Amino acid sequence: MSWLEVAALAVGTFLIRLSGPFLRGRVEVTDRVETILRRSATVVLAALVATSAVLVDGAWAGWALPAGVLVGGVLAWRKAPLALVVVAAAGTTALLRLAGVA
Amino acid sequence: MPPAFKHLDRALLRDIAALAAGIFIVGLSFGAIASAQGVPWWQSTAMSVFVFAGASQFATMGIMTAGGGLVAGVAAGLILNLRHVPYGMAVGGVYWTSLRAKIIGTHLLTDQSTAFALAAGDDARKARHTYWTVAISLFLVWNAGTVIGAFAGQLIADPAVLGLDAALPAILLALVMPSLKDRRTLAAGLLGTAVALAASFLLPAGLPVLLALVGLVVMWKGAAPKEEAA
Repeated sequence: MSWLEVAALAVGTFLIRLSGPFLRGRVEVTDRVETILRRSATVVLAALVATSAVLVDGAWAGWALPAGVLVGGVLAWRKAPLALVVVAAAGTTALLRLAGVA
Repeated sequence: MPPAFKHLDRALLRDIAALAAGIFIVGLSFGAIASAQGVPWWQSTAMSVFVFAGASQFATMGIMTAGGGLVAGVAAGLILNLRHVPYGMAVGGVYWTSLRAKIIGTHLLTDQSTAFALAAGDDARKARHTYWTVAISLFLVWNAGTVIGAFAGQLIADPAVLGLDAALPAILLALVMPSLKDRRTLAAGLLGTAVALAASFLLPAGLPVLLALVGLVVMWKGAAPKEEAA
């Protein structure tokens, strides 16, 4: 790696991050628009959760990873504190891997 | 730093601490893997400070150290980061105050700071305090983790062995779950997720989650007038 890659990634990432509020500033943010924007971010986050739970480098992640995320999700649904969600999700996946489940 | 801290209740601060602990360990692993690949510590640290976007850092570094070209490495990282556009559109208002806040708030926009700000709901003040507390905490632990990991790499456990790759999606899932109780949002999320999963077999990482936005068609398709009136 060189400084050039670091600088290119840093500048590009900053501009990407900046474009969101910039675009937001170009429209009149009514309640309706606010709802759409929030829903958009929620949908992207949900898709990020799902894809990162079942895929690693574009291929099936194995059972241990989605099982851990699922356990964490169920606990979150039951309104468990986030620390418990973290420990249960990580613990489930770690134990399954320890037991030889990919 | 945040007088914001005082305004958040203990449960929320505990949640943020749990997240920060996870991000710290992933930061350790980023530093450790970078060192193992022969990347000098100051370069991995500069990346963590100036890019501050974990997935893209791993991707770009992985491609570069494997001998991929500069364009391929940087492009992969930037494509992964495109999801920050809808994030910034959704929560940009939270940090769009003074010039300094705009610049720093923009740089500290991540999956987690977005998800926490969204989870604060309509309470603008709470969203602002939450955003800054999460953003600054994560910036500190991510960079501390990178530096320590770069030096102590061999001593550190593999995040996969610890199951941390399950913990991070689980945190985001927990944060978006209240929003998914709205049926329209849930429908959009499910449809979008299905599209993203299918697209993952065709498109480079980063684009499928953006394609999930087509899930929002449920807002128009079923926008019955009577519901608007409600």
